[in-house]
Amino acid sequence: MSKELDLKLKIWRQEGPNVDGKFETYEANGISEDMSFLEMLDVINDNLITTGEVPIEFDHDCREGICGTCSLMINGQAHGHEKATTTCQLHMRKFDDGDTITVEPFRARAFPVVKDLVVDRSAFDRIIEAGGYISVNTGAASDANLTPVPKEASDTSFDAAACIGCGACVAACPNSAAQLFTSAKLGHLNLIPQGQAQRFARTETMVETMESFFGSCTNHGECHEACPKEISLDFIAFMNRDYVKAKVKNRKLAGQK
Amino acid sequence: MTATATSPSGSTPIFQQKRQMPFPLNIYQSAIGRKWVMALTGIGLLGFVLVHMIGNLHIYEGPARMHEYAESLRTLGGGLVPKTFVLWLLRLGLIGMFVLHIHSAYTLKERSRKASDKADFIGGAKKYESKRDYVAANYASRTMRWTGPIILLYIIFHLADLTWGLVSSEWAAGDPYHNVVNSLSNTFIAIIYVVANIALVMHIFHGTWSLFQSLGINNPKYNKLRRNLATALAGIVLVGNLTFPILTTIGFINEDNRVCPPGDLECLVTQAEAH
Amino acid sequence: MTVLDSKIPDGPIADKWNNHKFSVNLVNPNNKRKFEVIVVGSGLAGASAAASLSELGYKVKVFTFHDSPRRAHSIAAQGGINGAKNYKNDGDSVHRLFYDTVKGGDYRSREANVHRLAQESVNIIDQAAAQGVPFAREYGGLLDNRSFGGAQVSRTFYARGQTGQQLLLGAYQALAKQVAAGAVELHTRTEMLDVVLKDGRACGIVTRNLVTGQVQSHSAHAVVLATGGYGNVYYLSTNAMACNVTAAWRAHKKGAFFANPCYTQIHPTCIPASDEFQSKLTLMSESLRNDGRIWVPDGFDDSRSPNEIPESERDYYLERKYPSFGNLVPRDVASRNAKTVVDQGKGVGPLKNGVFLDFKAAVERDGEDLVRSKYGNLFDMYERITGENPYKVPMRIYPATHYTMGGVWVDYNLMTSIPGCYAIGEANFSDHGANRLGASALMQGLADGYFVLPYTIGDDLAGRLGDAPISTNDPVFTQAEAEVQGQTDRFLSIGGTRSVDWFHRELGHLVWDYIGMERTKEGLEKALSEIPALEEEFWKNVCIPGSGANLNSSLEKAGRVADFFGLAKLMAKDALDREESCGGHFRSEHQTEDGEAQRDDENFAHVAAWEWNGPDSIQTRHKEELTFDNVALTQRSYK
Repeated sequence: MSKELDLKLKIWRQEGPNVDGKFETYEANGISEDMSFLEMLDVINDNLITTGEVPIEFDHDCREGICGTCSLMINGQAHGHEKATTTCQLHMRKFDDGDTITVEPFRARAFPVVKDLVVDRSAFDRIIEAGGYISVNTGAASDANLTPVPKEASDTSFDAAACIGCGACVAACPNSAAQLFTSAKLGHLNLIPQGQAQRFARTETMVETMESFFGSCTNHGECHEACPKEISLDFIAFMNRDYVKAKVKNRKLAGQK
Repeated sequence: MTATATSPSGSTPIFQQKRQMPFPLNIYQSAIGRKWVMALTGIGLLGFVLVHMIGNLHIYEGPARMHEYAESLRTLGGGLVPKTFVLWLLRLGLIGMFVLHIHSAYTLKERSRKASDKADFIGGAKKYESKRDYVAANYASRTMRWTGPIILLYIIFHLADLTWGLVSSEWAAGDPYHNVVNSLSNTFIAIIYVVANIALVMHIFHGTWSLFQSLGINNPKYNKLRRNLATALAGIVLVGNLTFPILTTIGFINEDNRVCPPGDLECLVTQAEAH
Repeated sequence: MTVLDSKIPDGPIADKWNNHKFSVNLVNPNNKRKFEVIVVGSGLAGASAAASLSELGYKVKVFTFHDSPRRAHSIAAQGGINGAKNYKNDGDSVHRLFYDTVKGGDYRSREANVHRLAQESVNIIDQAAAQGVPFAREYGGLLDNRSFGGAQVSRTFYARGQTGQQLLLGAYQALAKQVAAGAVELHTRTEMLDVVLKDGRACGIVTRNLVTGQVQSHSAHAVVLATGGYGNVYYLSTNAMACNVTAAWRAHKKGAFFANPCYTQIHPTCIPASDEFQSKLTLMSESLRNDGRIWVPDGFDDSRSPNEIPESERDYYLERKYPSFGNLVPRDVASRNAKTVVDQGKGVGPLKNGVFLDFKAAVERDGEDLVRSKYGNLFDMYERITGENPYKVPMRIYPATHYTMGGVWVDYNLMTSIPGCYAIGEANFSDHGANRLGASALMQGLADGYFVLPYTIGDDLAGRLGDAPISTNDPVFTQAEAEVQGQTDRFLSIGGTRSVDWFHRELGHLVWDYIGMERTKEGLEKALSEIPALEEEFWKNVCIPGSGANLNSSLEKAGRVADFFGLAKLMAKDALDREESCGGHFRSEHQTEDGEAQRDDENFAHVAAWEWNGPDSIQTRHKEELTFDNVALTQRSYK
């Protein structure tokens, strides 16, 4: 039989975006250590529902650490204290019996609270819409193997592309900056041959859209620590360089090198 | 970009560039551009701090050599340019870098403050109701917005104390050795110097690492060295600059064996030449 | 007699698609902007279709209940995507992929659709690579392939263990490009709750804004359902929590035939449930079977730790029973065998609900580093979930529902039996027959979205030039809105004592027990009597606190579970009527002496498509006969 935990939870409750919220305290007893953090919240909600109370809203979907829907600041850390782990994959065996756990939504002005622990992260979509793509209409592509991509470059590009867009970087950043998210997409697309044609235009528009929603980076490195996919700070440096290049370069003569 | 997307609650931009300014000012319009300016001016200011510290080591050679060093700064450029011309150019450059460094820092901080619902003035975004656990951010990085203003106030005091002579009635123009010893013998002032220099070193420690990020100087081959360089520079400045107030306070730097009376510049010049 | 016209084009199999593309009606480029298309769902199929249609010039509206299109569950596919490129020079071809897919589907799919899928598979790879999808590459910079799911050729393109994520991001980014260009109107956190028909044609949908509760109508010339599969009817599955059948089911209730609901795929390598509050099961990529060996202890109820059990007391049952395929037998075979040994009482783990997948031999042969380079992220994930280190202790795995081959019936143009309403991706039934091959789900979703629907949708639209979309003030819309609002109000007023999740869990138990890996006549009949009883209790005793005017996930789930009840009954009915075993549908009464699925090609080589007859009567079963002119029907054997 697996170990069981008795926990006290302080959970942020907020009716809607324009209403004040506050912490409510809940008891969760007999929690199996094999449960995930979200399953523990399910248990609390099930109890709330059967007593006719309104359950706690929280974002979640795939529960296998890839969709990026789940969020939650758990004891002051985005996705909790376990490294490289999303909230849905954080398991209760990482907590101790008798713990008090504080749960808050991800906070930033660009992430307004929708309800309880659910926030609106659509500002990320605006950043991608500003240039986080390679413009290739369906059907226009040539044979995939006509463009070799050095394996090392492809691997680095993938390291950046692994971003799941959860927003933990913004949540953890003392400045509410979205540098890690934006630079991950730029790192993905700017490092491979397919992405070169739009490289500098993309960098310029994505960075400026990012800056219209989010704060400014002060190189603390909190984002990297919070990132469930361990996206490297190197991509931020890469973005900074590409942005200034984008401002200086004469793109009409890009072919001249 | 047409934003036709309809998100139920949505988030509205906190900042919008009204219009693109002409190059190169448009770089300074963006936060990344400002970080870049901060990094470049940071390099300049860091250079000044190092040179200043190294120059000040002349204090260990006595009043005459100290005077000679101070005089050599005024005659930079030799006979080619009027006296203190180059020095003033450097000073103007320094002032320019200070202004840009502080302006970009302040405006960036304001942007970050706007990006969080609950943010305080200096500490940055204090976003969470519960206790916040920092993992990567160290004391130095989190206190940049404290150490910066401390350094600024200190510089004003430092100028008033040793350049303008506003603090002590015993200040003597052109005799830095005397002025330094006179000032730092006051334990209270010595403590100010110690505290301010610790702030300066912390600022340098984070700033040096940070500027590589801001400028995008990044290569896995030497990324590790960036931290080492930051530590080394901070260490050198710490040791160098703290020797002055500490050694004065404990009496190692003193005026016991002084030949020329304070402020007697002719005597100092003769002394130096006799060396 | 049949009312189903599959519209399969004439001609030899290899030419059907090309002939069809030539013969369909075209919409003039300048006229495309006059047509509005609604796409529901933003996964691989939905996002790729929306992007491609808007690139062609159609006015597209996309609806997703997620907060961003990038969250769709296509993102969780791990293994890879098939493409008949023959980059490996191992004899692959469009025809071989076609053949393997029909055979893998146990001869219950449409030849013409499958061949088209195989043809388009190569274009998908090109498209994705051009979008910057970081497929695995060799040192020369060219694309790498691996053999997947027992295929005899290496035709699977992959992006670490995150192929679905990377392909979805590619499609999402293509969609984002169109949104930015103003060509697509994106509605997030908006759930489709009904299809609206006027004069027998689909003319729009009714949605509920999940944040404000607002019920709203949207009209269009065509409605495309790209809403995924219904695996969550089992409650525990590898699907995401929000995956549901609602869009497809509500279309079914409006006249779309629902085909082959009993064809569900059970994936053999998932992490077993650990307790009753388990909310979902996590899939471990099938590629693990390339190097892992599956076994159970010889003895019953063996509680020793696996490393203490000597070789002589282990039963490597797949290697024993299927010497040539061994651990790489198809999914259904591997799953059923796991169930057999667990049912015998040889299961492992605290709940005795798994079998071992052992990497000891691989680690000894190749070294831990090589094993880590291949499966590192999967092993890490396993350790995070179970707290056990698979390099040292064998993994525990058990089958779980993973994909549903059944779905909304569509013709060759991907149009459902409601004119103007289309179903693409997992939501339709068309390409996988009774069983889907590994790495084919991503292929089908993208083929439908990028390369099939954009051509075939014009066939119907061309004839409707000049028709304005129906006004959303039309009575058909206001009535549909009232019905949607009525259901919401009804849910909120029940005021029972049990949560929606409780009912979902109970329903899942029934469906898993009776319509799971192995089905019997008695079990299915039991399901048909127990499910309605539970459904009745649901409508009396479910408790949904809160209001309908803001975010209320209980309310959302209630609507979805209500539809799962209807679907579960139809699954049981369909499984009961299909008196044969094929692919994912295994009837114990119909098996060979070796315990393999026994097809009845004479009587059941057809698609069963069910027609809704109103809430109080059972659906009518229609048949679409399947003909096999290019593939010889054989009994599968993996000995």
